[in-house]
Amino acid sequence: MTTANKITIIVLAILIAIISLWYGQNHGLLPAAVAPEAEAIDGLFDFMMIIATGLFLLIQGLLIYTAIRFRRKPSDDTDGPPIEGNVALEIVWTGIPTVIVLILSIYSFEVYSTIGGLNPKAAKDEGPQPVAEETQSEQGLMASASDYLALGLGESPANQAKNLTPLSIDVNAIQYAFLFTYPDTGVVASELHVPVGQPIQLNISAGDVIHAFWVPQLRLKQDAIPGREAQLSFTPEKPGTYPIICAELCGPYHGAMKTNLIIESQQDYEAWLQQQQVAQSESLDNAVALENSNSLLTPYANQLGVNQQLLDELKAYSQ
Amino acid sequence: MTTPVSTSQTEPQRNWKDYFTFNTDHKVIGIQYLVTSFIFYLIGGALAAAIRTELATPESDFVDPEVYNQLFTVHGTVMIFLWIVPAGAGLANYLIPLMIGAKDMAFPRLNAVAFWLIPVGGLLLMASFFIEAPQAGWTSYPPLSLTMGQVGEEIWILSVLILGTSSILGAINFLATIIKMRIPEMGWFDMPLFCWSMVATAIMVLLSTPVLAAALIMLSFDLLVGTSFFDPNGGGDPVVYQHMFWFYSHPAVYIMILPFFGVISDILPVHARKPIFGYRAIALSSLAISFLSLIVWAHHMFTTGTPAWLRIFFMATTMAVAIPTGIKVFGWCATIWGGKLRLNSAMLFGIGFVSSFVIGGLSGVMLASTPFDLHAHDTYFVVGHFHYVLFGGSVLGLFGAIYHWFPKMTGRYMNEFWGKVHFWLTLIGLNITFLPMHELGLEGMNRRIAIYDAEFQPLNVVATLGSYLLAVSTFPFMINVVWAIFKGQPASGNPWKALTLEWQTSSPPLIENFEEEPVLWCGPYDYGIDVPPEDQQSVQELLSEVKTDMGR
Ligand SMILES: [Cu+2]
Repeated sequence: MTTANKITIIVLAILIAIISLWYGQNHGLLPAAVAPEAEAIDGLFDFMMIIATGLFLLIQGLLIYTAIRFRRKPSDDTDGPPIEGNVALEIVWTGIPTVIVLILSIYSFEVYSTIGGLNPKAAKDEGPQPVAEETQSEQGLMASASDYLALGLGESPANQAKNLTPLSIDVNAIQYAFLFTYPDTGVVASELHVPVGQPIQLNISAGDVIHAFWVPQLRLKQDAIPGREAQLSFTPEKPGTYPIICAELCGPYHGAMKTNLIIESQQDYEAWLQQQQVAQSESLDNAVALENSNSLLTPYANQLGVNQQLLDELKAYSQ
Repeated sequence: MTTPVSTSQTEPQRNWKDYFTFNTDHKVIGIQYLVTSFIFYLIGGALAAAIRTELATPESDFVDPEVYNQLFTVHGTVMIFLWIVPAGAGLANYLIPLMIGAKDMAFPRLNAVAFWLIPVGGLLLMASFFIEAPQAGWTSYPPLSLTMGQVGEEIWILSVLILGTSSILGAINFLATIIKMRIPEMGWFDMPLFCWSMVATAIMVLLSTPVLAAALIMLSFDLLVGTSFFDPNGGGDPVVYQHMFWFYSHPAVYIMILPFFGVISDILPVHARKPIFGYRAIALSSLAISFLSLIVWAHHMFTTGTPAWLRIFFMATTMAVAIPTGIKVFGWCATIWGGKLRLNSAMLFGIGFVSSFVIGGLSGVMLASTPFDLHAHDTYFVVGHFHYVLFGGSVLGLFGAIYHWFPKMTGRYMNEFWGKVHFWLTLIGLNITFLPMHELGLEGMNRRIAIYDAEFQPLNVVATLGSYLLAVSTFPFMINVVWAIFKGQPASGNPWKALTLEWQTSSPPLIENFEEEPVLWCGPYDYGIDVPPEDQQSVQELLSEVKTDMGR
């Protein structure tokens, strides 16, 4: 290899490294991150984007360069050089991906631990649990509780260290709505209101088919499975209104199964909670979910079968 | 070993009618597979165009929401079970006996049965549109699949069971043929790499497909007679279905891509005029992928009710797939590096395959990471990812294979100009269609929806336009094939000056493949080794020399 070639290769390698480092952190492909969990996952994604951009540029560059530089001359009917392999080179390109995926696995494991994935309360199968009495009577709509304890994300180690008590909220997914029950007050709502800075623990279940609870701005998703309960924990940080999306195909109106996550100040949250309590004690028969439903769902409400009886049953179940 | 002496003049010729009969010639069956699966590709493509048309607007306006779910359910099922899997089987049928110097497959009648199950399963699935189409997605998760219409769901189950049976029968045949019917001089490491990739594919099919069959039969019981294997209302567990389903369906992804890894490993050396770089590494990495594919299934279930140890274990195994895959990709790059590239349609599709597949591979490693998958699972990021693998990978590989082996199959060349038009339309179309999907998914668009947030419309319009370009791109190909069959420039037995055995017979090959048993006079990729440039002879001349030497 000539010195000029070596210099060219080094310059190109540095160029690829600079572009990858820059693009990996400035891709702008993710929505706002509104919780530390989301930031941890974003750090991981950016890191993967840096590596992916580097490999992308390397391989596409190689292919394009080869296709131009090594095209056959019209008059040349001979074969290329009979190079059948190169053990050193093959070890290098087996080794580099091995190291990359090892680093990625360890980094991913770290992030997964940071966001509470290894919390034993949420991560372990603790064997058969006694079936709750009420659920058995709700035949048809509610599946009986399963033999499994919650699975998903538990309280994060950081929050555990701070000894914060998480606010526990039950999420029940049905075709095609989410219902949020606040066990402390008995409030049932169709939107998820949470106070900023307060660690949240969602207990997610489903009433009919499998759904999934997903908030893109939290970067978190957990399937809601009939007969099982799953957990998802996060600490909301940035006030605002964000979409809650059902991410698992659940029927023809799956695309309309959306609602909002509202992260608000402690005062606003308490005011909202009080208002809900008053409203619900005034008229227990009111269709909570329907009147609060987001605009997309409402036009389909009748087709969807979200009727009064269903909501009453749900409320009876969740209380 | 002697073969009946017959010259090509008196050799009976294939009649077009043979292709519509229960014929046991592997070459007829191979072409039957390819043509049948291509017809289903057009059907699956039409369904995709309808899906993209619905998604051009955020509202549900082009079709009913139920119909939309039917469209993507049948689109997925058709493209997997009726296009890529059988098209790979078609190539394997056509090529394996020729590549190993055999007269036919090990079990010719079983082979014909395997093929004829395809139109049966396919027509059954198509009939569902006139009775009741399935609409629970190609994954058909219970309990949803148990509630969306009994008839449509059962048609889907039966159809997939029939197609799965066909796949198992084919795999038995490929393995038996490769193990038992190679010419005696051909050791395992003298085989073309396509044969290696089919060994790996067949092992996966045989180990995983029966598990899918079991899951579908249990689902049928739940659906028809009210058992509760998977129905939580009766104490069943829907997550068990997901484990069984993905135990097959993850290997299925490799069942769909490995044959085309083999195709590319065969196309690139021929048109680069250089040996494949690292033959053994590429051959054995196919087996490594085959083994790993059996222990990665739960990466489809990171957001399901799965415990942490399982999520971490499957993350690590999934990431490990990048290692054998990387060996292949770098091996391909090194193969063409420094060669004398003939940039014809086959080669362009070969290079295009590597380029597009790499994008799907990189996003695949990202998705393997459990925390990131919590965000990306079931979004358009995943849709973009697997279309880069299955369209950018498998479909480009398949087109490359057709341009490469068309002269062998028909004795005529395809038109190069229109081949290149086809290539560029396909490559540009696929990137316009599938690249924006990554961003859509990351920004918050989930998959399998007819109704989406208006902020996602611009990128969806781009994807829709790209899909129309892909639809257009099939026309130059179809016209080219039909034109070439009748009017294409005649091709010799070895138009590409390739070294594997299928090129040692006439084009198209005789009914029993070789006039006499072919001779292995060099390795499959010994380009530039045995033929010094100053003393170049045609393969035929060399062949006859070798024959004289051996006293035949
Ligand atoms: Cu849903």
